[in-house]
Amino acid sequence: MSQFLYIYRVTAQSRQEAMGTPERAQQSMQRWMKWMADLDARGHLKDRGQPLENTGKVVRGQNAVVDGPYTEAKDLVGGYTIVEARDIDQAAELSLGCPILAGGGSVEVRPVMKMDM
Amino acid sequence: MELSEHLFRRESGRLVAALTRIFGIHNLALAEDVVQDAFCRALEVWKVRGVPDNPSGWLMAVAKNRALDIVRRERTARTFAPEIARVLESEWTLAPAIEEAFASPVMRDEQLKMMFSCCHPSLPEETQIALVLNTLCGFGASEIASAFLVGRAAMEKRISRGKKILAGEKRLFDLSHADFDSRLSAVRRALYLLFSEGYHSASSETAVRTELCGEAIRMTRLLLEAPSAAQPETYALAALMCLHAARLPGRIDVSGDLNPLLEQDRSRWDRKLADEGLALLDRSATGEVVSAYHLEAAIAAAHDAAPSVEATNWKAIVQLYDRLMEVAPSPVVALNRAIAIAQIEGPESGLEALHAIPDAGRLSRYPFYPAALGELELRRGNLDAARSHFSSAAALARNPVERRFLERRANVCAPE
Repeated sequence: MSQFLYIYRVTAQSRQEAMGTPERAQQSMQRWMKWMADLDARGHLKDRGQPLENTGKVVRGQNAVVDGPYTEAKDLVGGYTIVEARDIDQAAELSLGCPILAGGGSVEVRPVMKMDM
Repeated sequence: MELSEHLFRRESGRLVAALTRIFGIHNLALAEDVVQDAFCRALEVWKVRGVPDNPSGWLMAVAKNRALDIVRRERTARTFAPEIARVLESEWTLAPAIEEAFASPVMRDEQLKMMFSCCHPSLPEETQIALVLNTLCGFGASEIASAFLVGRAAMEKRISRGKKILAGEKRLFDLSHADFDSRLSAVRRALYLLFSEGYHSASSETAVRTELCGEAIRMTRLLLEAPSAAQPETYALAALMCLHAARLPGRIDVSGDLNPLLEQDRSRWDRKLADEGLALLDRSATGEVVSAYHLEAAIAAAHDAAPSVEATNWKAIVQLYDRLMEVAPSPVVALNRAIAIAQIEGPESGLEALHAIPDAGRLSRYPFYPAALGELELRRGNLDAARSHFSSAAALARNPVERRFLERRANVCAPE
């Protein structure tokens, strides 16, 4: 089994879709929990990961520390999870159930590099 | 831990009420933003970490912290609730004041004040109901719009107009105000209409109807928690809601079709809710006033208590309708009275009573007037007349469930 990083990217629209009303927020939550529990039950969940704040700093070069990420950015990284899968195809396939996709958000699937010592 | 059903929707009303106590009603939008923000954080954290042991407490803690931040950051630029403005100024008293706003009895009173404020006499009743559903029950404009078969844009407009009036008030309705009783009766009326909307018509979706009824009951129970609002008439209102809601599972069948009372499978009725309704009706029987709510509840109780149509105490029901005609006369009450008369004296007497309804003209758009005529004509074997009445009724149907039901009745009258 190899490890893969899921990077969740949310857009303003996907956030609105997920959070529009309290009832919808609750439904989104239930879908996420079900999806996570399902990954876990099938032995794919390596690390549930962490959610990220929407604000922070972006550092470029020596004196270029700015508030970021940019609000005009189309999507923001909202959090990450580490899964275990046979290969990148399976990892990508597993991500298809992620509720973030329903609202126009995306999951970036990146293989964790294997260190051959 | 599992999420309890409608947790966010339920918490929304409580949190908005507590935050409004701090920010003031003119900052209602800010309070709503803070709640939305707390839900966002919950979604981000819980989906990864799981639901905490005390989700309500978790949400409350996030809302408190946000409130503290906002007051600290903006107290020079913004005015908050005039009642506690002084307390918010000092760091010594700020945190305890915020803590207090989220204490259960305070939150309950704040929700009541909000409910009373939503039923402002200058607002049309439909706006009052929409505001209660939005601010206290946590329904979004789109959800309310679909329940009431109104366009989303129109509902958004209705709510924002209502909120403008709300926010224009200096403070929420004071529960010790001299107008308390008259405002309380407006609140009861709004909750009654909310319940009826869920029970009778509008959206054809069973789930929505049941939820509206459930919310009306929840709000009325909240009203009963306040000693000043727990008057006999309020108990009677709660009783009538429970006694009617007890029959909801029999009213709409599995396929979403409407079943008339006379044909319902009574084993599907919710006995627990009916018992609660009876207990509430007992508690309502104090004081001198017999209100329309008392009478309607008593009629519902007579139906709930009957094991079958035949074993129903129709005589008592007709007498109750007679009194209801004195207290709150309406053509719909007269229509129901006529149906009860037909159960005792036969279809001819029922038809006579139907034709004698004084202002029957007001029933010209009401599908259940021709439907009642059809039912009684059918019972005395007048198939052609019955079919034509059911067809006119079907043409007046307000939603697909009603239409299907009335068309089915018309088909029953087809000649052999």
